[in-house]
Amino acid sequence: MILKALFAASATAALLLALPANAAELTIGFSQIGSESGWRAAETSVSKQEATKRKVNLKIADAQQKQENQIKAIRSFIAQNVDAIFLAPVVSTGWDSVLKEAKEAKIPVVLLDRDIDPSGKELYLTAVTSDSVHEGEVAGDWLAKTVGAKACNIVELQGTVGASVATNRKKGFDTAIAKHANLKVVRSQTGDFTRAKGKEVMESFIKAEGGGKNICAVYAHNDDMMVGAIQAMKEAGLKPGKDILTVSIDAVPDIFKAMVAGEANATVELTPNMAGPALDAVAAFKGKGTVPPKWIQTESKLYTAADDPQKIYDSKKGLGY
Amino acid sequence: MTALLPRRGLAQILALIVILAVDRVVSPQFFDLRLQDGRLFGSLIDVLNRGTPVALLSLGMVLVIATRGIDLSVGAVMAICGAIAASLADTHSLAVVLAAALGAGLICGLWNGFLVAVLGMQPIVATLILMVAGRGIAQLITEGRIVTFSSPDLVWLGNGSVLGLPVPVVIALGMLILTGAVVRGSALGLLIEATGGNARASELAGVGTRAMILSVYVWCGVCAALAGVIAAADIMGADANNAGLWLELDAILAVVIGGTSLFGGRFSLVLAVLGALIIQTMNTGILLSGYPPEFNLLVKAVVVLTVLLLQSPKLTGFAGIAARLRRTKP
Repeated sequence: MILKALFAASATAALLLALPANAAELTIGFSQIGSESGWRAAETSVSKQEATKRKVNLKIADAQQKQENQIKAIRSFIAQNVDAIFLAPVVSTGWDSVLKEAKEAKIPVVLLDRDIDPSGKELYLTAVTSDSVHEGEVAGDWLAKTVGAKACNIVELQGTVGASVATNRKKGFDTAIAKHANLKVVRSQTGDFTRAKGKEVMESFIKAEGGGKNICAVYAHNDDMMVGAIQAMKEAGLKPGKDILTVSIDAVPDIFKAMVAGEANATVELTPNMAGPALDAVAAFKGKGTVPPKWIQTESKLYTAADDPQKIYDSKKGLGY
Repeated sequence: MTALLPRRGLAQILALIVILAVDRVVSPQFFDLRLQDGRLFGSLIDVLNRGTPVALLSLGMVLVIATRGIDLSVGAVMAICGAIAASLADTHSLAVVLAAALGAGLICGLWNGFLVAVLGMQPIVATLILMVAGRGIAQLITEGRIVTFSSPDLVWLGNGSVLGLPVPVVIALGMLILTGAVVRGSALGLLIEATGGNARASELAGVGTRAMILSVYVWCGVCAALAGVIAAADIMGADANNAGLWLELDAILAVVIGGTSLFGGRFSLVLAVLGALIIQTMNTGILLSGYPPEFNLLVKAVVVLTVLLLQSPKLTGFAGIAARLRRTKP
């Protein structure tokens, strides 16, 4: 009897000792905004993949674009005493009280994709976001390098007027081409981030610029508008990718399809992998107590026809874009 | 034919001419036309082609408004039908795709008509339900993605041409003639106007007002479905988040610019389509002008206000009073 108890106790001890080897078994709650865009859906599926890769138990709560749902989700994660919370905030304000609750419970919070109001800076561990000004710069630098010393008239398809992403992508691009006197944005108009408007605006650009003969390149704030613009160029008898260079941002699968067909030249990726760097930061923080920097910037990678677009298309098309 | 184009269209035609002239000023090549791959190419063609969805919507909307109703769901119906068409395009024949999409539009119209005509709901509330839910239904069909297709038949509907004219324009013209022939070639138009003018009196006089109301919402749904299929065919994909977004407001605006009263009782199909063309002529002009996009909505508002002021009986009344005052003063 005593022997049996002893055996059981030692087995339990062995089990307990074995646990730290599996210390990667973190449980992380992720309050996702919703699935308003293809990119968002891809972010959710990539987050799941990255968590599985690191053997992290990721619980995703879909907030359906509502802040109160996100606050509810965070409170329930705190109640479940998770190891960390990921938050993709739907708005930038109103998080103070719920983040204080998380801090009191000693649960680190990592922001994904978007930042929050400066007043709450000490309330979260780090923010993993892309720098949309930098994305515009990468696009502008590629164009400047590709065009060389040749004079180049650029037309720009802006995102929705007033959207911070649109403002920043414009700013970054303008900064990059300001260094080159031969590059000039001759027309700039909003295409509302959509294919239909991108096509309509490009049609009018082509008419206004001598049937497209005066246009050397198109810069679009997202790939969807570029897909529309490519159709407009083809219908006008122009060869996108050859007569007119294209550079856009986001790296959605359909732009790679156009790249395979030789109709698009370059895209800058807004990576859907925000969870990967966040998971690494949390693992380091939990393991060795390493405090990450307040802002982890994701890579804005440039893709061109030289990067095997077919392969990238195949790898991206299943992500839910 | 005189019934199709009443004398009251003068203000609209004048407005269109003025806006065309302004477009010519901001963009000197506005009236240039050439053939490109067997298809007419130029800003005027863009106006017609891009104006098609709103023109189609306004054809249905004008009949609904004539019965003193309103249909806020047309944009969402466009998204649903575009999503259906895009999902079926690569696996089914064009006939099946069109039947499914137009059938869905018909069902949406029946639903709206049922709520308004049978259950007696206020049209603005009844159609608001589908306006909100419809976009969700469309997103469910596309699973939140942009569903692309390559079926040449459906692409032709959006990008093909007949005798140099884009197919969408030909379809819209056909729908205008068909709708005109049905409602003005028979007493139907009169009965619709009677229903909107005074439903109770019409009912007592033997007009089947319930059937009238039901049928105008069904027609509105079918027109929206066609607009949705064309919008999807145009970009070779269905974008459930953005297809037809806010177009219900443009359609109502087109009807109002066309001089149809929101209080019902009278309508003009041709002027509603002209209203849609006025809106698009202005939109294309703004895009060609090269002004920063921050001005787009402001310019649009000023132009719409001017066109509506031109039609205002009170304003013309004020002019009359002012003239009379000047005469009586000395």
